[in-house]
Amino acid sequence: MPMKSFREAINDTLKQEMRRDPRVIVMGEDVVGGMGGSSGVAEAAGGTFGVTAGLAAEFGRRRVIDTPITESAIVGAAGGAALTGLRPVAELMFIDFIGVCLDQILNQQAKFRYMFGGKCTVPVTIRTLMGAGLGAGPQHSQSLHGILTSIPGIKVVLPSNAADAKGLLATAIRDDDPVIFCEHKFLYHETCEVPDGEYLIPFGEANVTRTGAHVTVVAFSRMVMLANKVADKLAKEGISVEVIDPRTTSPLDRDSILESIEKTGRLVVVDEGTPLCGMASEIASLAACEALSALRAPVQKVTPPHTPIPATPHLEQDWLPSLDKIERAIRATLDQKLARTG
Amino acid sequence: MADHSYDPIMLLDAYRRMRAIREFEERMRREVQAGTVPGFVHLYCGQEAVAVGTCMHLLDSDYIGSTHRGHGHCIAKGCDIGDMLLEIYCKQGGLCNGKGGSMHIADLRKGMLGANAIVGASPPIAVGAALTQSTLQTGGVTVTFIGDGASNQGTVAESLNMASILKLPLIFLYENNGYAEFTGISYHLGGGNIARRAGGFGMPAETVDGVDFFAVYEAVGRAVVRARAGEGPSAVEAVAMRWYGHFEGDMQTYRDPQEVNRLRAGSDPLVKFEERAVREFGIGADELREIDDEIAELIEDKVVLAKAAPIPPREALHTDVYGSY
Repeated sequence: MPMKSFREAINDTLKQEMRRDPRVIVMGEDVVGGMGGSSGVAEAAGGTFGVTAGLAAEFGRRRVIDTPITESAIVGAAGGAALTGLRPVAELMFIDFIGVCLDQILNQQAKFRYMFGGKCTVPVTIRTLMGAGLGAGPQHSQSLHGILTSIPGIKVVLPSNAADAKGLLATAIRDDDPVIFCEHKFLYHETCEVPDGEYLIPFGEANVTRTGAHVTVVAFSRMVMLANKVADKLAKEGISVEVIDPRTTSPLDRDSILESIEKTGRLVVVDEGTPLCGMASEIASLAACEALSALRAPVQKVTPPHTPIPATPHLEQDWLPSLDKIERAIRATLDQKLARTG
Repeated sequence: MADHSYDPIMLLDAYRRMRAIREFEERMRREVQAGTVPGFVHLYCGQEAVAVGTCMHLLDSDYIGSTHRGHGHCIAKGCDIGDMLLEIYCKQGGLCNGKGGSMHIADLRKGMLGANAIVGASPPIAVGAALTQSTLQTGGVTVTFIGDGASNQGTVAESLNMASILKLPLIFLYENNGYAEFTGISYHLGGGNIARRAGGFGMPAETVDGVDFFAVYEAVGRAVVRARAGEGPSAVEAVAMRWYGHFEGDMQTYRDPQEVNRLRAGSDPLVKFEERAVREFGIGADELREIDDEIAELIEDKVVLAKAAPIPPREALHTDVYGSY
C-alpha cells in the first residue's frame, strides 16, 4: 500500500468522489484561489493548506467554486444546494468561524429533515480545520466538535489518520445527512499506508488502534496519535493500554467503548475540546451510567483547561493535552481504586 | 406601463390564489383567537398580491424560500391547502407530517423550500437552490422572500453579494410591510431604502406597490426573464403593509388603530385587483364571486378535516432525525 499524507488522502478522496458523482461540488474560500488577483495564476492556492489543489483544473470552476469570505452564505448555500439535488462539500476554513454561520447548521441543516417530516435529504459535508499548537491564538485553534456533537440532526467525524480520512470522507460525501468533517491541522503532514481504490468506513464504528488489558484510553482526532505513542511506551513496562478511536462522535460507537471498559475496568479519556460538556465528559458519563460496576478506579479526563487558547506558545503547550499528561493519567488510574461499600 | 397582455385564465387563477390566502388567513385568525391552533401564527393579510404576483411566474421546478409569515407564499406556490392546514394543526399527513407547524411548512415537490422561523435565514439557502439550478443548468429560478426586518440581517447582504458574483438565477423579493416585529421601518432601516441597498450589489432593483398585483407581476416578470436568461439576480421591493400584528395575538400597541382601518378601506389588494381586472380585462364580477364561494367552502371543509385528523403517533418523536444513524 502506498504511504500518503492525511492531506493527500483528502485530496484524493475529493477527486475520487467528484469523478464518481457529477452532483458533488466543492465550495469555499480560496479552494482554488487567485480569482481577481494581479498574478493571473490560474490556481493560486488550492485551499489555504493545499487540500483542494488540482480540483479546479480537473473539474472546472462550475464545480469548484471560490467564494468571498462569507461563511453564512457558504454554509447556507451548501445546505440549500443539498436540499435541491447537489452533494456539496463546503469548506469552513477554520472551525472557529462556525461562530458566524452556526444558524445555518444549528437551525437549518440539522433540522430540515425532521421539521420537513422526513421529506428531504440534506447531503452536505462541511470540511473544517480544528486544533491548537500553531500559536494561532484564541480564534484559529479551537476544537469545537463537542458543541456540534450535541446538536441532533448532524453527524460529526474526526479522522485521526490518513487511511481513515479517506474512508470517512467518502462515506460523508455519500451520506444523505449533514456531516461536519473535522480535520486536525497537525495531522495534515502525518503519513500512513492508505489503500488504493474506493472504500468506505461506516460512521459509528470505533477503531481499536492498540489492544490492551489494563486500561482503556478513548481519544479523538490528533489525541489518538498521542495516546498510541504513550501506549507503545508503557507497553515496554508491561502496562497494557487499549486505545479506542471512536472516529465519529455522532453517531458514537458506545458498544466498543463499553466492551473495552468491561475488559479493563479503567478509563482515561483524551480530548482537545474544553472540559465542560465536552466529549471527555460524555465518555465519562457513559462509563458512569452504563459500566459503573466494571470500573475499578475513577475515570481520568485529559483535556485542556476551561480557558480560551493563548497565542503565547509555551502557554499554548500547557493548555494542550500532551504525552506526559496522558501518561500521568494512565498511571493515576492504575494507582487508584474505587472505594466500594457493601 | 409595461406592455402586458393579461390572459383571463391567468387572472382568474391569480385571483383564486389571492382569495384563498385571504380566506385562509382570516380563518386562521379566528381559530387562533378561539385557541385551536398550537404555536405562533403570522398572518399575511394585506400582502396577498406580493406572493401571488411573484409565484404566477414560477413552475413547480422553480424554488421559493419563505419567511415566518409563510402561509401566503405556500398557497401562491401551489401547496395543497388541506395538507397545509394539517401541518398548522400539527396533524398526521400534514406537509411536514405535523412536526414543522406553521413556521416550517415546506413542500419540495412544489419547490417550496420552507417557511423559516429564523429571520434572514432563507436567503443563503435560496442561494444554494439557485446554485443547483445554475450548476445543473436547469433553467430554473429561485425567489427568496425577505421582510423589511430581515433586510437588516447580515445573511441577506452575504446572499446578495454571493448571488451577484456568481450570477445566480435568484430574485430577492423584499416584502416591505412597514414593521420589523414591533419596530417601524422609519426607525430600523439605515439609509431608508431597501431597493437601493440591494442595487448596491450590482443588480437591477426596483420598488413597486405591493398592493397592486399588476405592478408586482410585471416587476417580477422582468427579474424572471433576466434570471432564466442567465444574466443574474435582481431585487424587487414590494411595499404592502400587513393588516394584522407581527403574530396573531400581538396587541399592536405600537400602531395607530386607524392605520389598519385605512389600509382595509383603501389598500386592499383584492379590491384593487378586481377593479382593474373587471375594468380593463373583461373579468366578470360574478366570476369572482363564484371563486369567493368556492374558496370559502374549501377552507371550511379543510379546517374541519384538519381539526378531526389524527395526531402523529408517539414514535414520530424519534423518526426522521437522520436518514440513517
